[in-house]
Amino acid sequence: MFAYIVRRLLYAIPILIGVNLLTFVLFFIVNTPDNMARAHLGDKYVTQDAIDNWIEEKGYHGPMFINAEAEGIETLTDTVFFRQSIPLFAFDFGQADNGRDISTDIVERMGPSLTLALPTFIIGIWVNICVALMVLMFRGTSLDRFTVISFVTLMSISYMFYIIGGQYLISKEWQLLPVSGFHEDDAWRFLLLPVVIGVIAGLGSGARLYRALFIESSGQDFARTARAKGVTETGVLFRHILPNTMIPILTGIVVVIPMLFMGALVMESFFSIPGLGSFMLDAIQEQDFSKIRAMVYLGAVLYIIGLILTDISYTWADPRVRLS
Amino acid sequence: MDLAIKPVLLGTDLLVYLLIAMIVMFLLSLKKNPQNRDRWRQVFSTRTGMVTFVIILSYISIALLDSLHFRKQMEPVAGQETTEVYYSNTINSVLDVMLGEMGENTERTYSAPLSLKSWVNENVIAEDGSITRAQPALVHAGQHLESPDDKVADIIWQSLVGAAKGLALAAVLIVLHKQMIARGERATGIRSTLPWRSAWITLAIVLGLLGLLIHLGNLYHVLGTDQAGNDTLYDSLKGIRTAVLIGTLTTLIAMPIAIVFGISAGYFKGWVDDVVQYIYTTLSSIPGLLLIAASVLMFQVWIDNNPQFFEVALEKADAKFLALCFILGITSWATLCRLLRAETLKISQLDYVEAAHAFGIGHAQILKRHILPNLSHIIMITFVLDFSGMVLAEAVLSYIGVGIDPTMASWGNMINLARAELAREPMVWWNLSGAFFLMFTLVLSANLFSDLVRDAFDPKTRVEAAKA
Repeated sequence: MFAYIVRRLLYAIPILIGVNLLTFVLFFIVNTPDNMARAHLGDKYVTQDAIDNWIEEKGYHGPMFINAEAEGIETLTDTVFFRQSIPLFAFDFGQADNGRDISTDIVERMGPSLTLALPTFIIGIWVNICVALMVLMFRGTSLDRFTVISFVTLMSISYMFYIIGGQYLISKEWQLLPVSGFHEDDAWRFLLLPVVIGVIAGLGSGARLYRALFIESSGQDFARTARAKGVTETGVLFRHILPNTMIPILTGIVVVIPMLFMGALVMESFFSIPGLGSFMLDAIQEQDFSKIRAMVYLGAVLYIIGLILTDISYTWADPRVRLS
Repeated sequence: MDLAIKPVLLGTDLLVYLLIAMIVMFLLSLKKNPQNRDRWRQVFSTRTGMVTFVIILSYISIALLDSLHFRKQMEPVAGQETTEVYYSNTINSVLDVMLGEMGENTERTYSAPLSLKSWVNENVIAEDGSITRAQPALVHAGQHLESPDDKVADIIWQSLVGAAKGLALAAVLIVLHKQMIARGERATGIRSTLPWRSAWITLAIVLGLLGLLIHLGNLYHVLGTDQAGNDTLYDSLKGIRTAVLIGTLTTLIAMPIAIVFGISAGYFKGWVDDVVQYIYTTLSSIPGLLLIAASVLMFQVWIDNNPQFFEVALEKADAKFLALCFILGITSWATLCRLLRAETLKISQLDYVEAAHAFGIGHAQILKRHILPNLSHIIMITFVLDFSGMVLAEAVLSYIGVGIDPTMASWGNMINLARAELAREPMVWWNLSGAFFLMFTLVLSANLFSDLVRDAFDPKTRVEAAKA
């Protein structure tokens, strides 16, 4: 088990290098630092000196991948790529364009993101599984068909309409909760609405997926054997079908858990929650490449952690699985 | 004088025609493969399948009509002899012609649906010169009315006229189709068992509604106007092309990459497999939205630095749109690739592939004859399943600001604009309505249809259906 995790972590290194290479190519090869400086300094009549200054300040000067003029190992290290990637591996993200330290900002904004994402995630899964199990009990009836059609209807509505509709009805029309904002002392008042909307918006696709997974297990031999033994339908559902569906359920769930740190981009921006989601949105809208690269790197690390956690969770859900 | 027109071929138009060619080829290949034909028959033998297919087809037809672009010749300035022909800077499409003056009837600002007056108070100068605050009358709504009191009766009458036009067209099409079926039945001697009646009813409803909206839309603003005074109904209808294209083009771009990589990884194994796995793990480990946003921003900077390639604004917007499709396609092939790789691994171990190897048949032939046909169901299912996801994703991307160019009509842009308007008192709700209903209908139909396709093509569900 331990050896397995170490090996997976070593596999992660080439992937992270690849991620860095890709973002690097996107940011520095498609557009030269010169272009970026012009776009950033905004002025068409900016002097060459100012551009060179900006490039130097950002550390974007010199050759991209191979420095032919340098000697020895420095041919590789004294390049833009090396200078820009190595600090990322140490989680040192440097400064944003507005002069703030990116790492501090990220740590600060992780809290609000998690207080929104975690409840939405847990309540969402719980509701989805409960609804799916309930529908399964009525399998083959008209109620079953009706709920399946409602699931498809629910998932056909854009996420944003749930938010707009919820904000309009609850906050504006009935004035029950604040429209948007965030305050740490009174966080639940601001979080209740986004969490509820998040759960409802995910209900259609989630419950439909779980229903399909449960139906797949319920047609298998072990379920038939249990029924033949005289186990009640509820017993079959909870003691046989649910545990046996754990693997596909976990595959979908566990990989998402680390990503919860990244926050929900649209949700946070609609409800003005100062989390990492709105941080990313700001970065995109300000075209701040240092921030975007930091978030891309962080996202990749969290994704890889999610993959490893998924494998570990299999051993917990199914004793037959051995990691080696 | 009859004005000449100059056809314009946008990048996305080209891909649309390619798409049509592919669909036609696909339909022709259906005739060859009886198994696939049976499965499609299963999809269309249900009423839901027929109804949703007709709805999706209507959306696609509107998108196609909107993809035939041209530039009108400018009327020569009076008294000036010109030898050179000038073309208008705006690009029109066949759909614009069919919608009549709907797109050109712009007001000054907001107006409510079917209203004759602007929604915003302005200073109005009366005949005697005094200034009062009032809602000025709209320039393009209900101009044919003698007095505003006739409005309700006129709307009802004009709706009936419009719907009747649409229904008449539908009746002609249905009769023609009926005769085609009858001829087919006479030729083969087999009675068609497909639920054509559902299809006809749906077609009649769609065409009747369209006729009503177009006819009434030329006389009133059926869904009101937005802040800049543009007709909401017109914008919503123009958004159809964007949505349909983003759903199909993206998948079309993703598919060849996924197929080539997925099959070669699963078939050749070894270092090819390692490389492909490495590429898609790396790609999928980057948060999708960020990768898309970063790529779009980079392309944006490139466009700004190279304005010489684009003659008209719409061409620029179209290039951006095409780039967005490419970026979405390149970021979304990983899932399909993974599925195809796993399936190819399974198939290439089977006896008939081993036998083919033993006979000394080359890799290319084996892939073409034995592997690819057995993967077609996965490709087909992914294509229809991804479609609705892309339509929904477009709205989110436009909201973030990395989606469709704001000058191009899209539902995402409409939602984005309407967001600020909801805070107004009283609320401006109509700008959302068009985007909401058109998007909801398209996505719902696509979802229901893709469910049926999956049920028909997925061997797993087929086995279950056989058991039950």
